[in-house]
Amino acid sequence: MAPRALAWRTAILAAHRDETPTAATLVLRVPGWSGHLAGQHVDVRLTAEDGYSTQRSYSLAAPADGELIELTVQQVAGGEVSPYLTEVLAPGDPVEIRGPVGGWFTWQPADTGAVQLVAGGSGIVPLMAMIRARQLAGSTAPFRLIYSVRSPGQLYYSAELGSLAARHDGLDISFAYTRAVPDGWPVPPHRLDAATISPAVWPAELAPACFACGPTAFVETVADILVSLGHHPGRVKTERFGPTGG
Amino acid sequence: MDDSYCDGNALAGPLAEVFAVDMTAATGRCASCGQAGPVAALRVYDRAPGLVARCPSCLEVVLRVVRAPGGMWLDLTGAASLLIALPAG
Amino acid sequence: MKLPPGQYLTEDFPVLSAGPTPRIPLEQWRFVITSESGQEHSWSWPEMLALPGEQPTADIHCVTKWSKLATSWRGVSVDTLLADVDTAADFALVHSYGGYTTNLPLADLLGGKAWVAYRYDGDDLAPEHGGPARLLVPHLYFWKSAKWVRGIRLLPQDQPGFWESLGYHNYGDPWREQRYQGD
Repeated sequence: MAPRALAWRTAILAAHRDETPTAATLVLRVPGWSGHLAGQHVDVRLTAEDGYSTQRSYSLAAPADGELIELTVQQVAGGEVSPYLTEVLAPGDPVEIRGPVGGWFTWQPADTGAVQLVAGGSGIVPLMAMIRARQLAGSTAPFRLIYSVRSPGQLYYSAELGSLAARHDGLDISFAYTRAVPDGWPVPPHRLDAATISPAVWPAELAPACFACGPTAFVETVADILVSLGHHPGRVKTERFGPTGG
Repeated sequence: MDDSYCDGNALAGPLAEVFAVDMTAATGRCASCGQAGPVAALRVYDRAPGLVARCPSCLEVVLRVVRAPGGMWLDLTGAASLLIALPAG
Repeated sequence: MKLPPGQYLTEDFPVLSAGPTPRIPLEQWRFVITSESGQEHSWSWPEMLALPGEQPTADIHCVTKWSKLATSWRGVSVDTLLADVDTAADFALVHSYGGYTTNLPLADLLGGKAWVAYRYDGDDLAPEHGGPARLLVPHLYFWKSAKWVRGIRLLPQDQPGFWESLGYHNYGDPWREQRYQGD
């Protein structure tokens, strides 16, 4: 199909699945959806009865299942969009979306080289799309994920990540906690730093495709650390979500 | 830390209203300092009446976007050039 | 209490910015008015603070639709700053540290309608809200109240500023809802 400019279209909420007490996965049915790449996102627009409209971007969390797409939305206190999406939008309700967009921060199963993923908080969403795309395609590309969250209760997809890692088919996962750790965790909570990242990432000699996603400050720190460990800046792709809680 | 910005990935949706191909993977060259890189890596200030994309190296404005009721205003004067990959043929 | 058309009341004070927050050491800060003949009038930070100050209270209206009522400021009236400036110019282009600009008729800076404000709500003006000093012109949309103000250039012809050159209205009266060009 020839490329064409995108317009807003109406999706319908098909299902809602809590990931944590403050985050939920929304399954949307989008008539005519023709697929997307792992890492891409959609823009979501809400329009109030008085015409006031506001929009936010959300990463696609999984490969398309026909016309069904998934977004995982973190509820931001006082936010203009996320409280509506996580607490009000009900199955059958419409929501305007534009997408899929974003052609740079993407991974495709045709890429067989090593991949290093580093996620901060809700930054896990596009990286989970990559992991799920890898799974669906039966890819054995060597993947490593470092997933940093404030506390264990904030993990998205924890059961699924656990079972994927247990398959031992080339996906290694390590977790880092910045505010509270699980019982028995060997280290106290701390911000992700070079000492934590270094043993958990692919060595730079492997020249993995690196993807770092999360709040801006997190991504800047992680990208700097990866480069300091020898990864070429051109091999480190980043997606910054903006300031924390924004 | 001054972290009230995101990056050029945030330009994907607005520019997709106008351009048929993804613009975030395009390579832009900063008109101020000459640094080249993907549009996706620009520093984007989006808490504003429009989108302001700055060079990650020198922080000068590379690209600006305003979505007005009648259309989209696009200022590319801060980009000396844009290289947009296209499929062969 | 009436809001301009299309505006929504807010209790907080949203921070909008087109770029990184400039950090200007006070000993380097200058405010310069340049007339159309090139003549310059400048004030250092201590000189600005030594000028008679006023404490305007104003409703402010952002083009992104939030309004905040009865905000209180301290600053120097632009009338005071322009008192000894010899000019026949009709227009002004306001410049900020960091490169931001905005334009307005000189008449809209006079007659008690504008200040160089350095205190907000009883405190020094915070950097994210435009400190050390910002322009305050509350009768127009707040993008005209340039943060981190560094000077005003008086011009015989109007010159569109940062947002005015990219689709926003050249004048920006909230009560006539002049958000975009053509409104």
